[in-house]
Amino acid sequence: MSTYHLTLPISEEDVRTLKVGDTVFLSGVMTTGRDAAHKYMIETFIEPSSPVPESEQPIYEALKNVLHEGVIYHCGPVVRQRSDGGWAFVAAGPTTSIREEVYEPQVIEHFGLRGVIGKGGMGPDTLRACQEHGAVYFHAVGGAASLIADAVKEVVAVHKKEAFGVPEAFWVIRVVDFPVVVTMDTHGRSIHDEVEAASKAALRRLTVGE
Amino acid sequence: MNDLTESFVELIRRAATDLPSDVESALRQARDREDAGSAAEGALDAVLENVAIARENSTPICQDTGVPIFYVYLGAQADESTRRSLKRQMEAAVAEATERSYLRPNAVDPITGRNSGNNLGRGFPTFHFEALDEEGEADGGEVLRVELLLKGGGSENVGAQYKLPFAGGDATAPFDAGRDLDGVRKVVLDAVYRAQGKGCAPGVLGIAIGGDRGSGYVHAKEQLFRPLNDINPDPALAELEGALLRDANALDIGPMGFGGKTTLFGVKIGAYHRLPACYFVSIAYNCWALRRATMTVRGSAGSPQEEVSFR
Repeated sequence: MSTYHLTLPISEEDVRTLKVGDTVFLSGVMTTGRDAAHKYMIETFIEPSSPVPESEQPIYEALKNVLHEGVIYHCGPVVRQRSDGGWAFVAAGPTTSIREEVYEPQVIEHFGLRGVIGKGGMGPDTLRACQEHGAVYFHAVGGAASLIADAVKEVVAVHKKEAFGVPEAFWVIRVVDFPVVVTMDTHGRSIHDEVEAASKAALRRLTVGE
Repeated sequence: MNDLTESFVELIRRAATDLPSDVESALRQARDREDAGSAAEGALDAVLENVAIARENSTPICQDTGVPIFYVYLGAQADESTRRSLKRQMEAAVAEATERSYLRPNAVDPITGRNSGNNLGRGFPTFHFEALDEEGEADGGEVLRVELLLKGGGSENVGAQYKLPFAGGDATAPFDAGRDLDGVRKVVLDAVYRAQGKGCAPGVLGIAIGGDRGSGYVHAKEQLFRPLNDINPDPALAELEGALLRDANALDIGPMGFGGKTTLFGVKIGAYHRLPACYFVSIAYNCWALRRATMTVRGSAGSPQEEVSFR
């Protein structure tokens, strides 16, 4: 278990050196995105039923810019609007990631993501996408919202706030030393799978006694 | 009664930003039990540091400030108009607390997908109105008690309701559970196993045995208001609470599901009479951020002697 300080964007070589259990402090620009954001990215950009509408092109460019070799953070923050009209993060812990399992592999592939930050881990499809495309799952501490908000130094932009609401918008943020633990790596290991398997054996012992 | 809107804002602020001392001290003990240098210990260190920052800055402990659930206990003098006016004041306080960033706007219309922006909506927040018991009213001079729970969505999603007998006996659930307290124990462990770290472990369980599907969940959530160190007055339930805490922690799911010694730091069980045909076990999973606060109004209501206190 090692500790790394990484600056976004992250190279494929760097991400492939990470192993489950490593502590990482991330710095640079990333975006939040959760349920509505993932559905939108798939339906509008990745598997569109019609060409990407003119109105959505600027967001597409902005997302490509921040997500390429970048990370997406599963988070619906509490924000405060400053008197100059800009925004500040007040509380910003991770949300449960597994809801994005149906979307994430395509998002990783399409945008060239190097990481997903969230909590609770993700499933086999995301783990496979991490191996194939060079990405990891970074686990943030669930509920540590004020602590993580302290690492968010600036809100660079916000997209889709009116349509999706504050928690579900894309908040593009600049962070310094955002603390995470690698729980799914490019080598096919997932702490979540390992803990689940061990706890299942324990459950059997405690219920049927074998 | 005087207008209590500002007091309700304070109740919300306390619940959202100031973790109760029994919860914090249980987390501190959990932290000290984990192996030095483990991911579990690191997670609990971050949790404790976060709790201190939130209290210091009056910012939300967790960004998911959840559904505000108000349990309102009214004294004998309260009539229907008191009840209506209290509800209006609590709603105004919720909107104001959202404005002040103590709460995240969380009320989403399921039909249009629109977030109302101020935490008010159909059936949102949740209110339960009950009568104060006569003893509390007489001894403590209480005229109103409001208990508030801010329950986040991640942990709400891993709550579960089982119907006994529960036929498992397969790869998904290796056991069968009968209509007795051992059956209750088995299905609760199953729920903890299924939750893994997704409910932001380590957690606290509020459990109701019996009731109907609706009353069961309401009573399960009421259990979450009990102090962590209290002892269940029913010896059979007290024993089950202890056994479940021990067994759940033997699952080694640990903080955040990283593996570790503390998966739960509280189990609180209540029981309602049930129908002959039904045996429900309702499980409310609360994340480590057990955000509860209580406001009490004493003295003669509306008079200058009216006194509002918080804990």
